Amino acid sequence: MSEAIVVSNLTKRFGELVAVDHISFKVKRGEFFGFLGPNGAGKTTTIRMLTGVIKPDEGTALVMGYDIERESIKAKQVMGIVPETANAYIDLTVWQNLMFMGELYGIPKEERKRRGESLLRELGLYDRRDFKVKGLSKGMKQRLLLCMALINEPEILFLDEPTVGLDVRSARSIREILQKLNEKGVTIFLTTHNMEEANQLCNRIAVINHGKIAAIDTPERLKRVMKGLQHVEVSFDKPTPLESLAKLPYVNDVRKIGNSIRLYTDSPCDLVCYIVDYVREKKLKLISLEVLNPKLEDVYLKLIEGGKQP
Amino acid sequence: MIEQAKRAFAICKKDIRIYYFKGPVVIFGVLLPLFLFLAFWIGRDMPPNFLIPGMLGMSMFFTASSVVPVIPPWETRMKTLERLVSAPISIASIILGDILASVVFGASLSIVPLLIGVAIGVRITNIEMLALGFLVGSFCFSSFAALLSSPPSDTPATIMMLSSLVKFPLVFISGVFIPLEKLQLWGRMLASISPLTYFVDLARGCMQGSSLYPPLLDLIILACFALGFFFASIKLHERSLPKRL
Repeated sequence: MSEAIVVSNLTKRFGELVAVDHISFKVKRGEFFGFLGPNGAGKTTTIRMLTGVIKPDEGTALVMGYDIERESIKAKQVMGIVPETANAYIDLTVWQNLMFMGELYGIPKEERKRRGESLLRELGLYDRRDFKVKGLSKGMKQRLLLCMALINEPEILFLDEPTVGLDVRSARSIREILQKLNEKGVTIFLTTHNMEEANQLCNRIAVINHGKIAAIDTPERLKRVMKGLQHVEVSFDKPTPLESLAKLPYVNDVRKIGNSIRLYTDSPCDLVCYIVDYVREKKLKLISLEVLNPKLEDVYLKLIEGGKQP
Repeated sequence: MIEQAKRAFAICKKDIRIYYFKGPVVIFGVLLPLFLFLAFWIGRDMPPNFLIPGMLGMSMFFTASSVVPVIPPWETRMKTLERLVSAPISIASIILGDILASVVFGASLSIVPLLIGVAIGVRITNIEMLALGFLVGSFCFSSFAALLSSPPSDTPATIMMLSSLVKFPLVFISGVFIPLEKLQLWGRMLASISPLTYFVDLARGCMQGSSLYPPLLDLIILACFALGFFFASIKLHERSLPKRL
């Protein structure tokens, strides 16, 4: 089976509210999959269903081939989870938390000691192994959660906003670790608000809004296919009325951005030809011309505001 | 099955470290039943071999049922329950782990009143049966406490209040302070619904040599209560878990 996750019609209701509404998607083995959406869109509910914390009202989810409802223990055995809120035992030490997780996954004593030591060294917590969790900084707690999620050497790792609230250095360190894990073949399912993070790390992303999947694709393709967000940025040697540029074929919208003019279009190549003709006709001099794809953030905002499928 | 039992043992060790292995908890476990008992005993003329089984019963009942009710609401609040639920361990194993920790706590602290009894001259006539009673009684009261902790609250105080409301009346109907033989029929019928009755009766049978029921019957009834509480608590926790998460 080449899929790590197969979700089919997954639905969760909380009273009247449909938190997750018949979503379906697949994640390939070894993929770095991003799950984006605004607050309350259904990201955490989805991840909690996929990790067997809560049961779906409808639909099915297979994780590494195991049905998360019917073969819950087997599915959980092969996954690692970094939840949204730090939930290590604050009265236990770093080491005790790690060993406790190892025991819950049935890892033999010597093996869990070996893995625990290696993980703590790798994530820079070895010196703090005898510290109680309540005395750790947020970044350290997050690294501990990652250690706890990795103690069973999972085939798939679920992370719910792992870099939220971390300083730049800690966030970067977590991202580097995730990248290395993914290079080693671990499938990663990541929810994040950070577009740059999703852009850098993910092979594919899904955008969820109001409990429904608004789009799934690679970040680059999402940016390219998102019509109306592609634009050509030009600047001329003389002031040019926006109204006349707005009349050019293929222009959807015109905005002045500093010294430049941004022309939104569905077809940047065709528009460039018309801009060149316009320059000749008006006897202008072209100072700069740049074809720009939208940022992932623009795509995301467009998707969650318009609820459109690209 | 064995794997799940090992994981339940991991939960048990974690509970002992976090919830039981603390000075105030241990002191409370010893002192509360002792003070309750002294409040009743002082000024009354009763033989030690009647008093000590009652004190032993109260001690076992209160210690084995003292901490378990706090664990689920506390872990709900701290979000650590979510961590347990996302691990490859069944609800039954989580509950069993909580109960095992309580069994260890209840049985070990109840040795204190037993040693006091031995020190003041109470003779144990059937030590094997008493040891079995310790284990089964402790398991029974711990399971009872697990049952009380099943409402889906994240406020330990709420569960503690509910737990006290149930526990204290049980002490007064269980023949701890008044011999069952001296109770009227309705009193005995009332006493028969409390598992503590059978533990105290068993302890009296093993210490003073006479009891209302044969000690083996007490042990069997206690075991039935224990199993009933254990399975009922698993069912109720399975039902309440979605509301906690």
